Amino acid sequence: MSGISILGLEGTAWNLSAAIVDEDDVIVENTATYKPPTGGIHPREAAQHHAAHIADVIRKTMENGNKIDAVAFSQGPGLGPCLRTVATAARALSLSLDVPLIGVNHCIAHIEVGIWKTRARDPVTLYVSGANSQVLAYRAGHYRVFGETLDIGIGNALDKFARSAGLSHPGGPKVEELAKQSTQYIKLPYTVKGMDFSFSGLATAAQEASRKYPLPDVCSSFQETAFAMLVEVTERAVAHTGKKEVLLGGGVGANSRLREMLEIMCEERGVEFYVPEKRFMGDNGAMIAHLGLLMYKSGYSTRVSESKVNPNYRPDEAIVTWR
Amino acid sequence: MTIIGNGAEAVIALVGNTVIKTRIQKHYRLKEIDESIRRDRTRTEARLISEARRCGVPTPVIRDVTDFEIKMEYIDGIPLKEIINTALSGQTGELIGCLHNCGIVHGDLTTSNMLLKDGKLFLIDFGLAYLEKTVEARGVDIHVLFQTFESTHTDHEELISAFKKGYARTFRHADEVIEREKQIESRGRYA
Repeated sequence: MSGISILGLEGTAWNLSAAIVDEDDVIVENTATYKPPTGGIHPREAAQHHAAHIADVIRKTMENGNKIDAVAFSQGPGLGPCLRTVATAARALSLSLDVPLIGVNHCIAHIEVGIWKTRARDPVTLYVSGANSQVLAYRAGHYRVFGETLDIGIGNALDKFARSAGLSHPGGPKVEELAKQSTQYIKLPYTVKGMDFSFSGLATAAQEASRKYPLPDVCSSFQETAFAMLVEVTERAVAHTGKKEVLLGGGVGANSRLREMLEIMCEERGVEFYVPEKRFMGDNGAMIAHLGLLMYKSGYSTRVSESKVNPNYRPDEAIVTWR
Repeated sequence: MTIIGNGAEAVIALVGNTVIKTRIQKHYRLKEIDESIRRDRTRTEARLISEARRCGVPTPVIRDVTDFEIKMEYIDGIPLKEIINTALSGQTGELIGCLHNCGIVHGDLTTSNMLLKDGKLFLIDFGLAYLEKTVEARGVDIHVLFQTFESTHTDHEELISAFKKGYARTFRHADEVIEREKQIESRGRYA
């Protein structure tokens, strides 16, 4: 192994993950996933899970004695207790290895790992996960948010609806599976305001509809409505920025219907569509390490005194030093 | 027929002195969703164009509305973008004051969407317009316009201050909105 290599720590929500990457590839990655016994993610319990497993995950990642030039970690956005647990480990590791610490923005890490793995160059990114739903594109030193959810993330909306319908966490894949058996469309609220979208009204309406209509039909109508909103705003951002590429990122990006819809939109607009392989879509340590590497090479590091986590860290606040 | 515009959701054609705006089908979404969105938005847009005119904001006269199509008067004016000065910016402020006073948010205020014809300023393209009276929505509305000033006109500071004066002349909640616009700017969104 030559060149720079960075250890990255991710643990903003239910997935705890550590990875070492160099400029070419992911060298090693280890993950421990918190699975709630019932219901959704409890922030404190997820943090306790991370605290119990982080030493082990880091030890396994480092056991081959790979060189580490810096330690990168998710500084936000995410669940406060989870972020604090992982940041504490990152600070301790950086001090004990005597290498720089690099606090990274979790949303931007999703974009950069997607660009790295698909060889997209300057895309409009649709980033969809449990807590986040944003349309982003790079312009003049920042990743700008062109559109975003006004209330909850698309993944949370799917989970909320799925739980009420008696489906277990995470609900998204189960909704997707059931939707395939649908035979009719049920009208649900479609909310796009300018460049923003909203999902909480849709989730509530779907809950009510599931008492009257077959569940597969409600699942399908929910997906069709929510994804049409996301694709519409993505298309607007493409038209507005004149960019020629669309990148999909985040855990909900695993949904094949969403991919299909984006693919059709991109084809009709004549732009390229990129999706990284599944392991780089959901939260992963490699994306944090990769963004850490880009930042490290641009000369960036985070002093311990400035390494406080920020649960509401917006991607457009981060100054892009590596582009 | 000449195509004069091709946006994310509509094609705009000119036939004689009539503009035809057609919302195009999107194959990525279900037919039911696609048609209901296009129908609702076409109807809303036509309604808000007429509503704005009743509130004293010059807009094109609507000639016909069908499911996905609006036929309207062609305004043969000069885009504000090419001729803006502080006097016209003040006049723009008065115009947007009237619009907001009327409860309408335009959603896409740029100097390309304002045309000067016979000394009168017309507002066009209500494709993203909606009815809303919150300070936030109005703040975003004028913020988007200030961003156009900043990106395309070197004397943007004078233009913005002239706009604010005009806006306050016709809209009594202007101060609140101008205050909110500063906050919106500091959040750094809406590039």
